[in-house]
Amino acid sequence: MSKRIDINDLNIYYGSFHAVKDVSMVIEPKSVTAFIGPSGCGKSTFLRTLNRMHEVVPGGRVEGDVLMDGRNLYSRDVDPVDVRREVGMVFQRPNPFPTMSIKENVLAGLRLNSKRMSSSTADELCERALRGANLWSEVKDRLDRPGSGLSGGQQQRLCIARAIAVQPEVILMDEPCSALDPISTLAVEDLIHELKSDYTVVIVTHNMQQAARVSDRTGFFNLEATGKPGHLVEMDDTQRIFNNPGKKATEDYISGRFG
Amino acid sequence: MPTLHRLDTQEGLDHRIDHVRGVVPAPVRPAPRRLGAVLGAVAVATVLLLWLGLDLHLGLAVTGAFLLYLALTYVGFRVAAGARVATDRLMRGLLYGAFVVALLPLCSLLWTVVTLGGARVVNPDFLLQTMNGVTGLHDQATQQQGQLFIGGAYHAIVGTLLITGAATLISVPVGLLTAIYLVEYAGRSRLAHVIRFFVDVMTGIPSIVAGLFAFALWAVVFGIGTKDGMAGAVALSVLMIPTVVRNSEEMLRIVPNELREASLALGVPKWRTIVRVVLPTAASGLASGVTLAIARVIGETAPLLVAVGYARALNTNLLEGPMNTLAVYAYYMFTKPLSPAYRDPSIERAWAAALLLVLVVVALNLSARLIARFFAPTKR
Repeated sequence: MSKRIDINDLNIYYGSFHAVKDVSMVIEPKSVTAFIGPSGCGKSTFLRTLNRMHEVVPGGRVEGDVLMDGRNLYSRDVDPVDVRREVGMVFQRPNPFPTMSIKENVLAGLRLNSKRMSSSTADELCERALRGANLWSEVKDRLDRPGSGLSGGQQQRLCIARAIAVQPEVILMDEPCSALDPISTLAVEDLIHELKSDYTVVIVTHNMQQAARVSDRTGFFNLEATGKPGHLVEMDDTQRIFNNPGKKATEDYISGRFG
Repeated sequence: MPTLHRLDTQEGLDHRIDHVRGVVPAPVRPAPRRLGAVLGAVAVATVLLLWLGLDLHLGLAVTGAFLLYLALTYVGFRVAAGARVATDRLMRGLLYGAFVVALLPLCSLLWTVVTLGGARVVNPDFLLQTMNGVTGLHDQATQQQGQLFIGGAYHAIVGTLLITGAATLISVPVGLLTAIYLVEYAGRSRLAHVIRFFVDVMTGIPSIVAGLFAFALWAVVFGIGTKDGMAGAVALSVLMIPTVVRNSEEMLRIVPNELREASLALGVPKWRTIVRVVLPTAASGLASGVTLAIARVIGETAPLLVAVGYARALNTNLLEGPMNTLAVYAYYMFTKPLSPAYRDPSIERAWAAALLLVLVVVALNLSARLIARFFAPTKR
């Protein structure tokens, strides 16, 4: 249940604004890939192109190829809805559906698509997803309570459970811990470690220690100046990026001497 | 590094405002606790003195006392506590005064309607009888000889409910779908701007114009002078649609974008996202917006007079012949009493119909709140 992603010469635009230029990289299956870089360098934008969420923004468009196990996500006969079923996403702010209970939130990906399933299948699926998100023991007695009643960290893990309940190939996480306290962050990081055994995980983070802790490979994005497009400076094994980066810009950013 | 603006302080980095040179905060002293009560008592005493003692009109007495109260408050608190507290007290006084002034017409209206119409409305006969067969002679007998009061507003109540209901059935789908288009699909396109502009123009259409529109439409389609309930519903929906569009648009717009993205990222198509996530999240606001739009048109008189006409008997067929509605009923009873010489029973009916309308509007507003609470996403 995980796929390799090859990105070739990807250019990303908002209308006429060139947001990210000429990104090529390989994202390995069953690994955690982290993107770091200063604000506005396009790492979140880039992440959103991997499940075609970028084009939801008015004026958003993409040039180049994103190949998932050889199939181009941006070829004309691919439905973005199908892409998003294969590539799940967790957002910066926990966003459980406020009108739904915890259980309904977990099953939202199936229920919203009006998949019919027996209640025993639903229970089983719900439990598996919640266990997969390390949340089961905390919420198993209140599955019918609203998801918005949970703490921030629990809500975020609920969102992760919701994402893995549709059994995607890849999970994208856009700064999943930036709205969480250190303890909840730890819980989510542990979870990312476990997810790696089943999924391809891509995470954007502002927290370099986090990138160093959770990821196998790290990509550093930068931009030359405000208004200029962001670009991938270098990408390598996390160990190398943090201990012996190949580029001066990476070293400056990691050691806090940038700009 | 940008140069930071340093505050010129006496001792290094001191953030307390009264330590910044050149800033002199107004001194504040504790005011005596009883000052407010004393001033209030003085104000009440002034009202009584002016009203009972000098036989001034009550309104004038209250206004005078209020002005005196404001002046005394300002001076008193200025002396006792300082300028800042005095200004605060003065402004509070003005705000409370404005609140009372705004509330006066409402209270007066409710009082008038209840006292003049209440007796009829609590009588079930009035609610269950129509005006069919009731003539000026009956009213004369009632007023002169104290005979049983006959003739009610049953047909008008039914007509109001039917016509407003039909108008709602027309307006809600059109208005809601327009709002969904504007918020979810149109973005910043030119068509959206044009639609918003015309919706705003429609909001300002005088109701009589809407009535004439429906009348003219029916004249073209069914022949000149055709009046029925449906024409009234069309006229009302012309007035309702812009309100529904605007209310719904606001409500859909405040649904957080994160929820849409969460749903889309799960591989849910856009239309399902709208139907299953956006609309339920906005449901409480949408429902109360629709209810308030209904409340706005339920009391319309002019368009219904033009498009629906006036019926004395019960007519439940929206597609055939004139009907009656509460507002038109009140208007007719007031301007064209059954017996010009013995007007009292007719006037009483008019007030009763007015009270019924007020009650319906209050009920609609309450139900809007209940609906909002019922649909609201629960927190815990």
